[in-house]
Amino acid sequence: MGAAAIVAALGVTTLAACGGSGEKAADGPAPKTVTLVSHDSFAASKEVLAEFTRQTGFTVKVLKSGDAGEAVNKEILTKGSPQGDVFFGVDNTLLSRALDNGIFVPYEAKGTDRIPAAVQSDQEHRVTPIDTGDICVNYDKKYFADKKLSPPQTFDDLAKPEYKNLLVVENPERSSPGLGFLLGTAAQYGDEGWQDYWKKLKANGVKTVDSWELAYNQEFSGSAGGKKAKGDRPLVVSYASSPPVEVLYSEPQPTVAPTGVSTGTCFRQTEYAGLLNGAKNPEGGKKLIDFLISKKFQDDMPLQMFVNPVATDATLPELFTKHGVVIDKPRTMAPEKIAEKRDQWIQQWSSLVLK
Amino acid sequence: MVVPVAFFALFFAWPVASIVERGLRVDGAWQFGRFGETLSRPEILDVLWFTLWQALASTALTLVIALPGAYVFARFDFPGKGLLRAVVTVPFVMPTVMVGTAFLALVGRGGLLDELWGVRLDTTVWAILLAHVFFNYAVVVRTVGGLWAQLDPRQEEAARVLGASRWTAWRTVTLPALGPSVAAAALMVFLFTAGSFAVVQILGGPAYSTLETEIYRQTVDRFDLTTAAVLTMVQFVAVGAVLAVHARTVRRRETALKLVAPEQTSRRPRGAGQWVLFGGVLVSIVLLLVLPLGVLVERSFDTPEGYGLDYYRALQSVDPSGTFLVPMADTIRNSLQYALVATAIALVIGGLAAAALTRRAGRLVRGFDALLMLPLGVSAVTVGFGFLITLDEPPLDLRASWILVPLAQALVGVPFVVRTMLPVLRAVDERLREAAAVLGASPLRAWREVDLPLVRRALLIAAGFAFAVSLGEFGATVFIARPDHPTLPVAVARLLGRPGELNYGQAMALSTILMVVCAVALLLLERLRTDRTSGEF
Repeated sequence: MGAAAIVAALGVTTLAACGGSGEKAADGPAPKTVTLVSHDSFAASKEVLAEFTRQTGFTVKVLKSGDAGEAVNKEILTKGSPQGDVFFGVDNTLLSRALDNGIFVPYEAKGTDRIPAAVQSDQEHRVTPIDTGDICVNYDKKYFADKKLSPPQTFDDLAKPEYKNLLVVENPERSSPGLGFLLGTAAQYGDEGWQDYWKKLKANGVKTVDSWELAYNQEFSGSAGGKKAKGDRPLVVSYASSPPVEVLYSEPQPTVAPTGVSTGTCFRQTEYAGLLNGAKNPEGGKKLIDFLISKKFQDDMPLQMFVNPVATDATLPELFTKHGVVIDKPRTMAPEKIAEKRDQWIQQWSSLVLK
Repeated sequence: MVVPVAFFALFFAWPVASIVERGLRVDGAWQFGRFGETLSRPEILDVLWFTLWQALASTALTLVIALPGAYVFARFDFPGKGLLRAVVTVPFVMPTVMVGTAFLALVGRGGLLDELWGVRLDTTVWAILLAHVFFNYAVVVRTVGGLWAQLDPRQEEAARVLGASRWTAWRTVTLPALGPSVAAAALMVFLFTAGSFAVVQILGGPAYSTLETEIYRQTVDRFDLTTAAVLTMVQFVAVGAVLAVHARTVRRRETALKLVAPEQTSRRPRGAGQWVLFGGVLVSIVLLLVLPLGVLVERSFDTPEGYGLDYYRALQSVDPSGTFLVPMADTIRNSLQYALVATAIALVIGGLAAAALTRRAGRLVRGFDALLMLPLGVSAVTVGFGFLITLDEPPLDLRASWILVPLAQALVGVPFVVRTMLPVLRAVDERLREAAAVLGASPLRAWREVDLPLVRRALLIAAGFAFAVSLGEFGATVFIARPDHPTLPVAVARLLGRPGELNYGQAMALSTILMVVCAVALLLLERLRTDRTSGEF
């Protein structure tokens, strides 16, 4: 059929037309690229990835696979015939799902002695911790200064009458900071007690939206987007690194961040990477995992993904040390427990808060 | 017909069937019991009911508001018509996240309505319905208006000369002729609004959920593939039923029409009635379409030091964090490249399908007609996950290939091509083709001399749609392998995903650029249309 030829020709010419892509056809017997599958938030500077190529001869190809939950699900679906060699970005809230489905093969990375034992969750080394991040309530400094009110610092504070109708949170089913915050309250008040706490929050006028973008850029009065959208909630569930980021992306950069962190409301997430079961280039994959915890990559990470490096010898950038806060005692939870309780808690939360 | 069938089998039917099977057959045992169990859950029934009624309401509202617009664009001549036609199509390409933002600024807290009358529509179904009108206005204006402009007004005039009232003449002459294209537009709006995802999520809040958001939730958040598969099957049955009803009603109404050049049918508005109609349409376009877009433009210039170009300038500088953003020009180029490829694919596949559908009749062909529409009504997450588990073997390991993006975009573009071309193709009088054949023309020559001149206009309208769909497409595009080659909507989403005034401002600036790029591209298509059609009739 003539039309088939047209389609074929179309394919070829458009391939050529999309110049600059330089996509090589199937690689030869010894693949020179190593493919890193990650979530949409992955970022690394060009120089650092070039350094990996210089050290190992492998080029990193990054495949972004949706948000964190979606990316993990896709790996489970394609188990045995994965999209890449290494997966980065499964966190403690999803780790058990990934491990139970056997998408990773064990590999003990070189240099794990520089990573604190507390974050090394998997004794079989199917995953290697790469970074940590804290989900905390952020506050609008100006609002509290104007009202001459001290910002809340703890979970208990958020339920107090002086903070009525001030907090916006994300739906834990749809958003990972939302889930982190729910888990934080469960870690704080216990498997049963968290429900009573949320009843108090609800009575105190907590608002729920579906995504971090909506909560932070629409509802929160302290962010740039929220100010334009006339957001009227001075408290939002976000990250401990959000205030430094607000500073970084302002022109000119202010000397003090416009937002602060309620340090007693934090839940710690740890993100892991692992070698994928069925990887086409396991050799390159192993080298890549080694590299992810190398000082070079770990130093680069904070200003790329706004997370904290796990390696003890990594240095934090000045932006973090100056505008960020150190969270002393973040709440956290074992991946197995999250796997066991997650769905049930989300369901209970929904009928408690949304209905 | 072989090509479009193969295309759909490979890039739609197979992936969707595979993912549904994966969900319904657990450890080798079929889980049909889950149908009854899932469908008797009250929250699922709520979801189904809400999906249905909001889609019906959205479709009705869109038709009521946009049909007068279709008339105005078809029959009236006014300065800036081409530009306005491009403007009403712009919403089609806007990332829903941005539109949500714009609508919240108008109907939400502290918005225009709130400040004027203290009315807030956010987290009400009204915000959802209005946003649906915003997105789908162009569907009606372009599919219905495209045909309307080519209807010979003299037929209606003849009826009036013979004593019919204005209303009777319109009802008995024009309406039956327009019927199929109105039905096609309504169908597409219905499928789009039934599958609405981000609009419902942003403007409705967590309390509202549609079948589409529920499938996403079951697949991505809970990883309950069985429930997702059950819901996908429900979606299939529902969409299939809608399509069947549509096919029946359209077949009864389709007739060969006398088509003329659109230039002959439009003129300046005359008389008070026409001016009121014209003014009313303009006002509705300004309120519902231009105002939300205007909010985004305004915010893109609204810097902390007053209005300025700071955010646009920031787009040119390199992001402090390195690889995050490539220069702005690159995202425009990437977007245009993907959209062009997708448009080409959609035109070839859709054009062949439409041609096959006009030539042949019979149940099989009609079934195929309906099949082509399915991608509009089937969850994107189902198709995306299906791609992953089917297209994973060389030579079809497309999971990391850029071609996946235009392919997925073309899946949505094809129904537009088919639906826009089919009414026009079917309206072509068969006797013209027969006459050409009798005079010795080969089938190809007959097609070129008879069909093509009449269809060229529809083809360009269809191309405009396919292009706009692809330009604004987001879901499939974030899927791809090359984070260093983001498209405009992808770059916008990434910017919005980070705190900071510069990121937010740049997202607004990029959205404004996306609007302009889309409008310019559509204007070029319009130009193509007027250049070529002159002198053909």
